[in-house]
Amino acid sequence: MGYEVKLDIFEGPLDLLLYLIKKNEIDIYDIPIALITEQYLEHLEMMRYLNLDVAGEYLLLASTLIHIKSKMLLPAQEEGDEENEEEEDPRAELVKQLLDYQIFKDAAMQLEQRPLLERDIFIRGHSVEQQDAETGINETDMELSVFELVEAFYRIFSAAGQKELMEIDVEKMSLTDRINEIMERLSEKKKLTFAELLGDYSDRRMILYTFLALLELMKLRMIRVYQASSFGVIRVVLAAEI
Amino acid sequence: MEETKAIIEAIIFASEAPISVDKIREVLSNVEKTEIARHLQDLVAEYENRWGGFLLQEVAGGFQFRTRPDLSSWMTKLMRGKPAMMSHAAMETLAVIAYKQPVVKSEVDRIRGVDVGSSLKSLLEKKLVRIMGRKDVPGKPIMYGTTKKFLEVFNLKDLSELPTLKELKDLQEGT
Repeated sequence: MGYEVKLDIFEGPLDLLLYLIKKNEIDIYDIPIALITEQYLEHLEMMRYLNLDVAGEYLLLASTLIHIKSKMLLPAQEEGDEENEEEEDPRAELVKQLLDYQIFKDAAMQLEQRPLLERDIFIRGHSVEQQDAETGINETDMELSVFELVEAFYRIFSAAGQKELMEIDVEKMSLTDRINEIMERLSEKKKLTFAELLGDYSDRRMILYTFLALLELMKLRMIRVYQASSFGVIRVVLAAEI
Repeated sequence: MEETKAIIEAIIFASEAPISVDKIREVLSNVEKTEIARHLQDLVAEYENRWGGFLLQEVAGGFQFRTRPDLSSWMTKLMRGKPAMMSHAAMETLAVIAYKQPVVKSEVDRIRGVDVGSSLKSLLEKKLVRIMGRKDVPGKPIMYGTTKKFLEVFNLKDLSELPTLKELKDLQEGT
């Protein structure tokens, strides 16, 4: 896996705008739109230069800023125009949105500063995360869905197909046997990879039964299946003892 | 120690999740609710005064033994893992939902100024947020709210323990 530079400094266009307002020590109720628009666009340019994904929302706010700027360039209403005397500042809506956002940004910060379970505070007994640590499974591992398992199975199955030989005397095997076998091996070793479970068997029947047994066990929630990345090693863990 | 108080302590010790007064009363049916509450307060104070490795805390509508926050660095060593950090984006989405619930996604999008789809999904997966129903407007959009687990994770008795929006606003104007 290659390295990916992640510079998520801003949580969105509003966050960037707030940053610029703070940086320039501007009164949020009286934003110099021309200046802010210019700086905002500069930042977008920089983000694009750094190969950051400039999401559509950033562009939307850019167009809003330009729209406000052009509105403000229009001459003020004539005095005689009574009805429009109290015409809204074109910036008003944006200011309201910024203030709203600021409140929730603060709320998020306050939440984050609370003592958090499993970061600052712990409870008795084995939490799921802890058990995962014992079985050597990282938090980054994703729990697999049936579909991904099917895909993995398909890969192995098609690989096995190439050296398939004619065999008439197939050993009798049942799904129940295979399930019991897998559970037995898992209770001994706690965790196994999909490949380990298959062992040296490459015959289709065995793979098929192993696969069906895993599906059944997953359905019964007796095992859990993990994979760190797509096409990564699939690990099978006993789900009991939770 | 009074027998009743000892029983309450034992119940809390043995239960996996925060246990409510009502639940304790299911066991101690002949004891008044107020008495149970009084014993609980006593116990909370006792653990507080003892200043040991853990405290009895009221969280998510129940009582639970929890380790002292200032011991976290030792505890994370034991857990051999980095603490599960949440992204700022997810935190912001969670904050909006916590304060505005029940709230539809478009409202959260509007407040944060971004599409909150992915952070909402991760919050749902972490079971910090749940679907509370559908809003009775055209399109019947789904409404979201926080879960009991949210209270447990953020060490809150209930939602009222969060600072109000007005308090946050005042705080902001103060700075």
